[in-house]
Amino acid sequence: MSYQTSIWPLAAVLISLIGSIPIMLSGRTPNLRESWTLMAAFGKVVIVASMLPAVLNGGGFEFTIAEVIPGVPLALRVDAMGMFFALVASILWFFTSLYSIGYMRSLKEHAQTRYFASFAVAISATLGVAFSANLLTLYLFYEMLSLSTYPLVTHEQNAESRKSGRKYLTYILGTSIGFALPAMLIVYSLTGTLDFKIGGVLAGSGASPQLLALVLVLFLFGFAKSGLMPFHGWLPAAMVAPTPVSSFLHGVAVVKVGVFSILRVIFHIFGPEQLLAVNLGWVICTLASTTILVASLVALTQDNLKRRLAYSTIGQLSYMILGAGMLSAAGMTGGLLHIAMHAFGKITLFFCAGAIFVAAGKKYISQMDGLGRRMPITYLAFMFGSLSIIGMPPLGGFISKWNLVIGAVSSDQLILLLVLLVSSLLNAAYFLPIVYRGFFAKAADPVFDEGVKEAPLFCLVPLSMTACASLALFFYPDIFLKLAQLALFP
Amino acid sequence: MSSPSNLHMYVMAAPLLTAFFLNLLGRISRAYVAPMVLGSLTFSSVASLFLMGRVISSGGYSYTVGNWVPPFGIELVVDHLSALMLVLISFVALVASVSALKSVEQELPGKEHLFFTLCLIMISGLMGLVLTADAFNLYVLLEITSITTYGLIAMGKGRAPLASFNYIIMGSIGACFYLLGVGYLYLMTGTLNMADMARILPTIDGGAAVPTALGFILVGLWVKMAFFPLHGWLPNAYSLAPTGAGLIAAPLMTKVTIYLMVRVMFSIFSFDYLFLQNPLVQSGIVWVAAIAIICASGLALAQKDLRRMLTYIIVAEVGYMVGGAWLANSIGMTGAILHIVNDALMTLCLFLAVAAILYRIGSLELDKLQGIFRKMPITMAAFTVGAFAMIGVPPTAGFFSKWYLLLGGIEADQWGYVVALLFSSLVNAVLFFRIIEIGYFFKDGEHHGHEKRHEAPLIMQAPLVISAVALIVIGLGSGPLVEMIIKLALPGGF
Repeated sequence: MSYQTSIWPLAAVLISLIGSIPIMLSGRTPNLRESWTLMAAFGKVVIVASMLPAVLNGGGFEFTIAEVIPGVPLALRVDAMGMFFALVASILWFFTSLYSIGYMRSLKEHAQTRYFASFAVAISATLGVAFSANLLTLYLFYEMLSLSTYPLVTHEQNAESRKSGRKYLTYILGTSIGFALPAMLIVYSLTGTLDFKIGGVLAGSGASPQLLALVLVLFLFGFAKSGLMPFHGWLPAAMVAPTPVSSFLHGVAVVKVGVFSILRVIFHIFGPEQLLAVNLGWVICTLASTTILVASLVALTQDNLKRRLAYSTIGQLSYMILGAGMLSAAGMTGGLLHIAMHAFGKITLFFCAGAIFVAAGKKYISQMDGLGRRMPITYLAFMFGSLSIIGMPPLGGFISKWNLVIGAVSSDQLILLLVLLVSSLLNAAYFLPIVYRGFFAKAADPVFDEGVKEAPLFCLVPLSMTACASLALFFYPDIFLKLAQLALFP
Repeated sequence: MSSPSNLHMYVMAAPLLTAFFLNLLGRISRAYVAPMVLGSLTFSSVASLFLMGRVISSGGYSYTVGNWVPPFGIELVVDHLSALMLVLISFVALVASVSALKSVEQELPGKEHLFFTLCLIMISGLMGLVLTADAFNLYVLLEITSITTYGLIAMGKGRAPLASFNYIIMGSIGACFYLLGVGYLYLMTGTLNMADMARILPTIDGGAAVPTALGFILVGLWVKMAFFPLHGWLPNAYSLAPTGAGLIAAPLMTKVTIYLMVRVMFSIFSFDYLFLQNPLVQSGIVWVAAIAIICASGLALAQKDLRRMLTYIIVAEVGYMVGGAWLANSIGMTGAILHIVNDALMTLCLFLAVAAILYRIGSLELDKLQGIFRKMPITMAAFTVGAFAMIGVPPTAGFFSKWYLLLGGIEADQWGYVVALLFSSLVNAVLFFRIIEIGYFFKDGEHHGHEKRHEAPLIMQAPLVISAVALIVIGLGSGPLVEMIIKLALPGGF
């Protein structure tokens, strides 16, 4: 496989980072400020999409930013796996930008300039993670994402958000410095490189299985953004953020960056063969399965809609890790595909939660009875998102879950099949009643029968689009499927 | 070795000569102070860059002052390491002085010429320290820098003279230890020139005297660099000193002393002697460094004042570098030397921010900093960069030296040291995010700050922003920095 040197990967990462400067400077003219955000978001999608054909043809792009450590430059590389994630993130950023404008203005939030600027930095970091050519670059952007999202999580600047912000940083920064950094150093000290290579770099390093197991666990817990238990506590806490932040960062960017980093390590640092050889897949599967089941059970008990979505996210993230841990072709494909499928589904659900809050001011599921009759589009979109995450056809989530099921069967791990089935039932149990009660239950609040209307168009359009995208992904998953195949079996 | 030039003499002489004229002219008018201070330091900075370029292109050289041949004359050594230190000292001094001009004007009105006279002598003393190749000259210069620092600290308000007195006692004890060590070596070898000592030592049977000498010298230097548990003087001295004095001394003094430790270790003793003949001593010192890092970090957590907190972080960082130098592998030593540069810059950045905050707010107690992000956004942005560097967030400079130190610890199987470094990074994260949190949020129940934006004067902001940018530039450039300078600066044996 050959990579062309090109400035475009850097441009794709930097466009929103540079965009944050005019955003900060035009704080007094909100319309101008938001047009910078939209221009950067659109530019980002265009740049990423322009690199897609070359990647689909088996090529890619590279760019070295600086030589910092012998054998490990700060470098970007657009390969199939990075393109896969970048495509999801940049498209969804565009929708989120539209949605943010509607949401933040409807609620007359304070400090919107800081909000949009931090958002722009965060998406730069996300693409940086996607396009990292080695673990060091990935770590750099990973930390940049952690730090740039702190002002977003604590946006409210009240006592509760202060507490959540503290928890967020403690978990995320603590694990990355305490676990991921030493793991990275051990890999470097064993191999002299941190480059992502098909088949892994640790193969043939002569490390003992015990050391490999230690490094694997350090990485799994070190990238705590993936919400793997027991380091998941930050995610429900971070839900104090405004809903667009929760939807994009905690449904898509931040959490998927965690999963993406773990998958990178499994696929391109360890290599599936190496993990099979020393039989470490079960470590990953055990941790992931536990998280899936526990998170789904906890989700059932949550009355706050965003918190229920948060626990659902924790469970779904571990599907992706579980898929990778199966180490079979279908399992790994399913895990990777679920990044995209879950992203479109979950962002729709969060958008809906935000739209409900904007339109009706409700946060708790028990207060939403009958609301669906007043907000049919929102509730319909919510249903699409739920079905996709449960894994029902004809929605995108079915495809990734189908692959996961095949993966479990083909690797002869029927217990994992059981985990997947039970969890799908639980998913249905915590999502579908919301939809049902929204449409058919007696209105919880008499106001619902008169005053409440759908949320503003800036909110409604993005959530309908992402819901439709979830549907479309069932019929046209080809691009993502092809990218996943290329990433795993070039 | 290339042919000698006089460039390094100009670097060193500019602040020294200016100091005397400054003392005279400054009495006539205060208007002379700023141009003379900045002029001489700019001259030194530019000249040191030329010197660095010369050393990179054609190698280092040894210089005999007044053509008196060593071991009798005074020998100066210009190599990659000392040239790098000269660049560091002159630039840090220059940038710090710009900001110090303003805070001295506020805190010590009418005494600017006295302050900067001492300051310039201290700076040229530091430059002399990194150049000298003579163990006794080193002592003299060490005392010159120390005595000027005592004076600078004593100019502060309140309990500052007491802190200075405390420092005098500790500093003098340290100096005595060092001098005793040098005395033993002189008795054994009959010379004070370091290279000469190194040549003679292997040929004689020193018995217990040589290790005793080494021990005395190390303890002396450890006191001077505030290596835990010999750090007692530092927190008070640097936090009670006039802001300007802390600004210039904090980034440079401890770092130059660490350089001296490396210089003395490898100019007089051999790699074999230091590390291989007594592995227990070597690993023991790394363990002490690990304990130092953990204890100093813990003490930093207990502080309620921003500047005192920073002083304990400095003490912890000293542990980083001592440990790195004693790991006995080239990666650790690379990390230690790189960290000398990075730590000087990080400390500079943070102390500049502190000076700016102090200038506007007048207090550094953590409670007083609520909502400061809104009031001084640029200062706090630069402070945040400095904080990230201390935590070790890439791509700031602090990450890369920590990377080498950690890697060196792993290669040397010194897991205690590795854990201490990671622990200290986490503690730094807690420390700085505590400040960031206080500054970012407002009083309880308040979502919007009511303070208007009120930044420090431009003359204090400019050096601060420059130092913050430097942290990122040096971080991204750490590859070439290590390849072109530090690899060549490693002492023989690595």
